Amino acid sequence: MSTEQIEGSLGVAKAVALCHPGVVCAYPISPQTHIVENLGKFVKGGALKNCDYLNVESEFAAISVSIGSSAGGLRTYTATASQGLLFMTEGIYNASGLGLPIVMTVASRAIGGPINIWNDHSDSLSQRDSGWLQLFCESNQDALDTHIMAFKIAETVGLPVMVCMDGFVLTHAFERLELPTQEQVDAFLPEYEPREYLTPKDPVSLGSMVGPEAFTEVRFLQQRKMAKAVHVIESVTEEYRKITGHHSGGLLDCYKCDDADIKLIIMGSTVGTAKDEVDRMRKAGIKVGIISLKAFRPFPYEALRKAIGDTKLVVCVERAFSFGGRGIICPEVKRAMEGTSCEVKTAIAGLGGRAIFGTTINGIVKAALDGKFKDEMTWFDIDSRVLNSYTKDGEGVTFPEGPLSDSQLKASVN
Amino acid sequence: MLQIRLHGRGGQGAVTTAEMLSLSAFLEGHFAQAFPSFGSERTGAPVVAYARIDDQEVRTHEPIQEPDVVLVQDRTLLSVVDVFSGLSPKGYAIINTAEAPEQVVPELCKKLPKGHVLTVPATDFAIKAMKMNKPGAPMLASLAAATGVLKLESVQKSFQTRYPGKVGDANAEAAALSYNYLKEQMKEGK
Repeated sequence: MSTEQIEGSLGVAKAVALCHPGVVCAYPISPQTHIVENLGKFVKGGALKNCDYLNVESEFAAISVSIGSSAGGLRTYTATASQGLLFMTEGIYNASGLGLPIVMTVASRAIGGPINIWNDHSDSLSQRDSGWLQLFCESNQDALDTHIMAFKIAETVGLPVMVCMDGFVLTHAFERLELPTQEQVDAFLPEYEPREYLTPKDPVSLGSMVGPEAFTEVRFLQQRKMAKAVHVIESVTEEYRKITGHHSGGLLDCYKCDDADIKLIIMGSTVGTAKDEVDRMRKAGIKVGIISLKAFRPFPYEALRKAIGDTKLVVCVERAFSFGGRGIICPEVKRAMEGTSCEVKTAIAGLGGRAIFGTTINGIVKAALDGKFKDEMTWFDIDSRVLNSYTKDGEGVTFPEGPLSDSQLKASVN
Repeated sequence: MLQIRLHGRGGQGAVTTAEMLSLSAFLEGHFAQAFPSFGSERTGAPVVAYARIDDQEVRTHEPIQEPDVVLVQDRTLLSVVDVFSGLSPKGYAIINTAEAPEQVVPELCKKLPKGHVLTVPATDFAIKAMKMNKPGAPMLASLAAATGVLKLESVQKSFQTRYPGKVGDANAEAAALSYNYLKEQMKEGK
């Protein structure tokens, strides 16, 4: 184990290199760029051997090359973010449909327009139904470890994995990181042996057309792999933790959840900020716990139901939402809690890089405990002055100081 | 936890300075974190970077609103940005200038404890040692001299680790000039 004070992106690049990918291909887009830049240096400098680094002409090419190299039987890695992820979309669905165990970092960043380079979860969550596993990371150590686990999970299940780490907030942060040794990773992650791959020596066809007579069955089997992934994530995490002693990965992670009157469900780097605030709030007698949701796809319904237990109030802190709908995490949590009297709410915060402070978390908890979250969804961190500067003159509509509930939004169009 | 906010202008290496601050603290066995305030990067535009030092894992990822230390790498920012916003009443401010603190920020000198507002001609030291306006190493060395949270050797080693060879050594030299200058100033009670 070596301990280094390095940028999150470099940590991830080192972790990927320890997994000995056969192909790394990428097209640069902030905030993912430093990861593939570093991998490019490792290949060129000889630190990462037997690996082809391909600097392709677009994200569409990056996913296409990834599909090709993975179908050719090589461990394959790529990375992207935001608009780049969207440009990949057609290939993304093909990669999962073909069951290719590609690992891809999504350095989560808002989707435009309006153009915004900062962090939220609208890019990764736009690919919710793409058939990829989606693993969220709460810290750079978690991201580093999750990448190593991701290869094993992907190859065991036969599905691609997106490792979602918050852009800039994690990718560009310098922190103390512990890297496992090459021997540890080799013991954990054996050389990739594809069950089926394209080779001129023994020609086969992958991804041929499937008609109505079997398409449903193909989808059923894909869904079955997702069900298997729930168990694989758990067992791979357990094995990795045993080898490294790191408390990373998993389906979810609970912080101070025993005896909690209210639990927050959070994905990504906000978890660390929230943990510090939870410690402060507990000192003040407020019993609050955090469930760090690590796996969003497959969604860990059973594990989450257990983690929530008999807590009656749960707030999902969501950094993306569904236009014309509501939160994206909340309905999943409601499904997990079906048949119980647990109230599940969404607090929207941290869109397009708006910082989530400890005070933001404090405000959400207090508002929830005070019964202020009447609707399912509340725009918690919203600046009504900015809104009014647009709606007051144009429509004669003014909003009171935030937070704003869903009903206030709806009432404003009547 | 010690929270430090760095203000500079694009091209002066404020983000690197924060990284080197975290590396210096790491080299002394502390937990540390550094990150920039993310935005469109342009040469000359105001830049903010953050660093935290602690004896346990730094978990929070929020930007620093109430710093214990503010480092101002470019004094022309004083009239442009509220660089001392949220600064702890017991905190430290270090400004890159040859002028005395009372002349540069008289109001701040009244607010903070005696000796907590310091000035150091970091750019002069950087140009002398490196022929470049990269005041990061001398600024960190002044932080080391003023507060003792870091050793000069750690600051020097961080730059030498990041930039092995001539560049690292020149940064180390600039750091020593700044450290010795400030120690001398403090001895004279200035």
